[in-house]
Amino acid sequence: MAALLEIDGLTVDFATEDGVVHAVRGVSLNVNAGQMLGVVGESGSGKSVTMLTVMGLTRGPGTTIGGTAKFDGRDLLTMPGDELRRIRGNEIAMIFQDPLSSLHPFYKVGAQLIEAIQAHRNVRKGEARERSIELLRMVGIPDPAGRVDSYPHEFSGGMRQRAMIAMALANDPKVLIADEPTTALDVTVQAQILDLIARLQRELNMAVVLITHDLGVVAEHTHHIAVMYAGEAIEEAPTDVMFDSPSHPYTWGLLQSIPRLDRSRDEPLIPIPGLPPSLISPPGGCGFHPRCPYVRERHRRVHPELEPVPDHPEHRVACLLDEPTRRRLWEELKRGEVPEAARQKVGLKDSA
Amino acid sequence: MSEPLVEVRDLVKHFPITRGIIFQRQIGAVHAVDGVSFDVLRGETLGIVGETGCGKSTTARLMMRLLEPSSGTIRFDGQDISHISRRSLKPLRRQVQLIFQDPYSSLNPRRTIGSIIAEPFAIHGLEQGREQRRHAVQELMEQVGLNPEHYNRYPHEFSGGQRQRIGVARALALKPKLVVADEPVSALDVSIQAQILNLLRELQKELGLTLVLIAHDLSVVRHMCDRIAVMYLGKIVELAPNESLYARPRHPYTGALMSAVPIADPRLANSRRHQAPPGDVPSPTNPPQACRFHPRCPKAKEICSQEEPLLEPKGHGTEAACHFPLTQEEAVELTATAAR
Repeated sequence: MAALLEIDGLTVDFATEDGVVHAVRGVSLNVNAGQMLGVVGESGSGKSVTMLTVMGLTRGPGTTIGGTAKFDGRDLLTMPGDELRRIRGNEIAMIFQDPLSSLHPFYKVGAQLIEAIQAHRNVRKGEARERSIELLRMVGIPDPAGRVDSYPHEFSGGMRQRAMIAMALANDPKVLIADEPTTALDVTVQAQILDLIARLQRELNMAVVLITHDLGVVAEHTHHIAVMYAGEAIEEAPTDVMFDSPSHPYTWGLLQSIPRLDRSRDEPLIPIPGLPPSLISPPGGCGFHPRCPYVRERHRRVHPELEPVPDHPEHRVACLLDEPTRRRLWEELKRGEVPEAARQKVGLKDSA
Repeated sequence: MSEPLVEVRDLVKHFPITRGIIFQRQIGAVHAVDGVSFDVLRGETLGIVGETGCGKSTTARLMMRLLEPSSGTIRFDGQDISHISRRSLKPLRRQVQLIFQDPYSSLNPRRTIGSIIAEPFAIHGLEQGREQRRHAVQELMEQVGLNPEHYNRYPHEFSGGQRQRIGVARALALKPKLVVADEPVSALDVSIQAQILNLLRELQKELGLTLVLIAHDLSVVRHMCDRIAVMYLGKIVELAPNESLYARPRHPYTGALMSAVPIADPRLANSRRHQAPPGDVPSPTNPPQACRFHPRCPKAKEICSQEEPLLEPKGHGTEAACHFPLTQEEAVELTATAAR
């Protein structure tokens, strides 16, 4: 599969008063045409900064960007601003978490859509208006011809997010980046919006990057998942593989710490101990080692690379434990053992 | 069966919408809570779930008498507290405590956490004497898993999860009979949520607390609660013991909510029939006639727009307000938890 967007070794540093924040620390990801990629992580994991940087939205004094992000063979990271502006909102579009603050409250929804169309295409206003109505219809807004003249405050939260999606689709993008598109919405509306994004992805054969903190959201709709932690991608796999045989202790932790409707109620939640690290002075060695129940002495010094799991070229993980040990640990955890017991059963000695 | 700690009957709260500055005329009302009745039993965890604007937080605030009901009664420990005066509320405040959603805005940034947790003692004149108060606070800190030596630190030195622990310690300070937790984990990171949920569960068991948990997340509620009330537009549409609600949901809205919950298992998730109800929640200023869910309900018939369904027993301890409750086959199609 040809990669449409190829991110390689991306690093982003922000200079702040407290020191340099290493927000993204070497992320390599491929976004394939016609696929939905889920990027999962907690706040501060670098998932949003990665995508914002690709769009050129983190540029500025105090920001140091390294690595490459190739789109159609051109590097977005070093591209001059006006050239990037032709791609942004045109070939690569983005939708954000909070649709209310992303829409201008003074302008009608239609006017904002027309602006998005005319920014990239030399079309008459009337034509752009026709296209706006068509876009609103495509995203499932009832009575689009009437609603095109509404103001954002006359829309409900779900409809605003639909309008944002319409705006993103205005110029038939090849890549749509959705940054927590449903976090501000109620669950029934969330389900509507996710179904809409998935349907549009198939119909328009776009590549979609879905950024979220919710493993449930990616499970249903994505083809491929990358899990991020402390500014790095620590595991990457096709969706079913990620949920069948996750290989990174952090991924295990995430899967076991959320209450789930598909598990027995009596199964205890196993929290991940500790806190996500400060990215001003990230831990040496493996970024997860201070919270990892299976840490060995070596893991504090050696930095793991994202490497393919044997026999699964598409499944890559950044963990220093060897593959058979990881597989045995996950077997124990799946059987309901707590991490401590799993570690003992597998015969890993405590090195803490 | 233990006797109820709180009895709520036909509780109504309308917020007036007014126009004009000097001569304010009421032009309408937001029907935030519109006739709900339920009991909170001693020692149980009752969950109240629903989407934005369903009235779950207003119900909680009414129960704590932070708001005065428009009509209906609330009895706490046998005493009618629906309209009692501010002064007679003070003893009640000792018995009922609230844990807030946002651990960032609910702690005063200029005060040490020691003094934040000691505030309830100061208000009620308990644990007099510096040493005694300090001792009590440190005991509380230990109980919620905070290091008692951090007594003199400020809130900004703590992470979100630790701040929520501070909020829990403050709520427990007066040994309340009832703790109301309003979305206690929705502002926290996923890996931290479990820590707080486990803490609440342990404390509840240990101290025999009665807990009312307000949440929008059906999986959190399932993990924590003994009984669950599902609210929609100011009404309880279904009230059921935990097992029954998830194994045999009866109200179509409950089914729709469950079908919309993302499940972290691709196979299961895709085996469900998605049935997010079409459209948006109607405005609570002008809620639909009769059954409030009828404009969005896939099973609605004519009667649903004419006659309001009452909350009635539908078997397995469940009460639901619906003329055409879900059959078990329909429940199985919609949810991942229904008994097959």
